[in-house]
Amino acid sequence: MPLLDFGDALNLALREEMRRDPRVYCIGEDIVLGLPFGVTKGLIDEFGADRVLNAPISEAAIVGSAMGAAVTGLVPVVDMHFADFVTCAMDEVANQIAKSRYMFGGQIDCPLTLRMPYGIGKSGGGHHSNSVEAWFINIPGLKVCIPSTPADARGLLKTAIRDPDPVLVFEHRGLYRVTGEVPEAETLVPLGSADVKRAGGDVTVIATARMVHESLEAARRLAEEGIEVEVVDPRSLVPLDRDTLAASVRKTSRVVIAEEGPMRGSTGAWLAWVVMEACFDDLDAPIARVAGPNVPIPFSPPLEGFVTPTANDVVAAVRQALK
Amino acid sequence: MPPGPDQLLQMYAGMLRVRLVEERVRELFANGRIPGFLHTSVGQEAVAVGVCAALRPDDYVLSTHRGHGHLVAKGGALRGLMAELYGKANGVCHGKGGTMHLADASVGYLGANGVLAAGCVLAPGVGLSIKHRKSGQVVVTFFGDGAANRGPFHEGVNLAALWTLPVVFVCENNRWASSTAHALSTAGGSIAARAAGYGIPGESLDGNDVLAVWEATARAVERARRGDGPSLIEAHTIRWVGHFEGDGQAYRGKAEVEEGRRTDPIARLARGLEERGLLDAAHAALIREGVVAEIEDAVAHAEASPLPAPHDALTDLFAYYPWRD
Ligand SMILES: Cc1ncc(C[n+]2csc(CCOP(=O)(O)OP(=O)(O)O)c2C)c(N)n1
Repeated sequence: MPLLDFGDALNLALREEMRRDPRVYCIGEDIVLGLPFGVTKGLIDEFGADRVLNAPISEAAIVGSAMGAAVTGLVPVVDMHFADFVTCAMDEVANQIAKSRYMFGGQIDCPLTLRMPYGIGKSGGGHHSNSVEAWFINIPGLKVCIPSTPADARGLLKTAIRDPDPVLVFEHRGLYRVTGEVPEAETLVPLGSADVKRAGGDVTVIATARMVHESLEAARRLAEEGIEVEVVDPRSLVPLDRDTLAASVRKTSRVVIAEEGPMRGSTGAWLAWVVMEACFDDLDAPIARVAGPNVPIPFSPPLEGFVTPTANDVVAAVRQALK
Repeated sequence: MPPGPDQLLQMYAGMLRVRLVEERVRELFANGRIPGFLHTSVGQEAVAVGVCAALRPDDYVLSTHRGHGHLVAKGGALRGLMAELYGKANGVCHGKGGTMHLADASVGYLGANGVLAAGCVLAPGVGLSIKHRKSGQVVVTFFGDGAANRGPFHEGVNLAALWTLPVVFVCENNRWASSTAHALSTAGGSIAARAAGYGIPGESLDGNDVLAVWEATARAVERARRGDGPSLIEAHTIRWVGHFEGDGQAYRGKAEVEEGRRTDPIARLARGLEERGLLDAAHAALIREGVVAEIEDAVAHAEASPLPAPHDALTDLFAYYPWRD
């Protein structure tokens, strides 16, 4: 299998879907040159300016117009530039896109993909670092996926584009240059299918995006002490593959849930309840969590480092779950 | 009243200070001393300095992602700025803000901003507060030509005009929003012309001419202080450097930067001052020396300052919060 980095795998997914379906187009700020993270690079050469639209800095109009196009026969893929700026189009996402099918009694498809480059790193500071996926699992009507590997990124983005409903794809900006094997053949990853990234019998770590990699690192370290960690990546949060999570927890009886965003009202809090509901009688210890503290992301490297969950935190949480 | 000799020389030194701070910051960034996503205003100094020279010390400024120059021009201390850019504990925001998210309340600099056009809707509120307190202050909000295509620009101008608030909207049109050309993103072409729709004065001017910027701002400020409401200024300028440090600038040729250097706002004012006998080579060298010394003092201060303790990440969130989080 060829090696691709996460960003190039997303680029491949866009190309494949744009070739397959002439209704698919990309829109966003500075995407013609592939800014800010290279994902849309070169699309303009293959698909032209009608299908790769550099928009003005007008987030509400970018996202709103995408909905308008989606409900009338096109298939937009919006590049949010930084997921932080989705706040500038929050009505469009939360009130318009999320609710149109439901409010209108299921009359209209809204096949729209929002690509959400997000996450902490490199002193991006308070307006350029946030992990905002939790906001969107709280909005009924949106599907939310969050890949951790290049193959999953490609497979999930393709699925998102083909889905008749709005799908948000969270792309951690610290992963864009991470490489991994990507199947030669066109491969889709269905929504609602978790993936066991590492098998182990002692503790289940449920992690998303960058925290999958931190958890794998933690698992390697703990394996040296004879502790076998199973790392499960939900890959999509809405819909959620409860069965795979529950099967792992029934095997290990101990659970850590790891994410990057703030602890309160988060995806991990939701997953913890899902696990508890399904596996209460199987649990041998309280569910342990890894998440950021409830503060904005600070600029200075030692401060940023302090609020960034890492493998160390996963190791500590695993030990707590083993008590 | 046109600016007197002292004020002209102050503007000259002010632009030089912004230029040399930005150049030094770029160098420090390249050497890995300064972290983050860095946007500098090299070439655009006349806008920051011309505008702030027309303000009182107690007036307010709302800034942008490209905001170091606005802070320096507003009188912000270089030590606090430089230590903040380094992410040091005694930076003006204790290392929490950094280049794109810094503020210096002591000089009325209410914040750089990582979100474009955010200041355009904060400004009417500042204006409302000024009006309510009858303090006679004004607020300037800076934004780029790209940011003028966001809704908050329109909402902010409308509100300020509707309620006759003491706001000056200053658009720095440097022809680009990142890699996107002004002409390819802005219907109608002119930002200044949008003022007409809201019934306020809108002026398009040469933003590399510090005197033109000063004059237009002085007029707008006077109007605002009189209680006659907001104005919009569109200052055309040229960014000499990449959108951010590390920008390959594949979207533009060298010609524009050369044009920028030909119309260098600092050299231009220097020529004017020389013609009027207010500046000669020796005096210019002295001014430069003073500015360089100030900057090097700030750099040495930043270098010598401690980094914040990691757990300080948890401070400053609320004024009062004795509860367990
Ligand atoms: C709301 C929002 N959208 C997008 C961005 C990303 N971004 C940062 S600067 C920039 C270009 C800004 O252009 P302009 O307003 O003209 O200011 P300039 O950079 O030219 O000073 C973009 C798109 C942002 N910071 N905020």
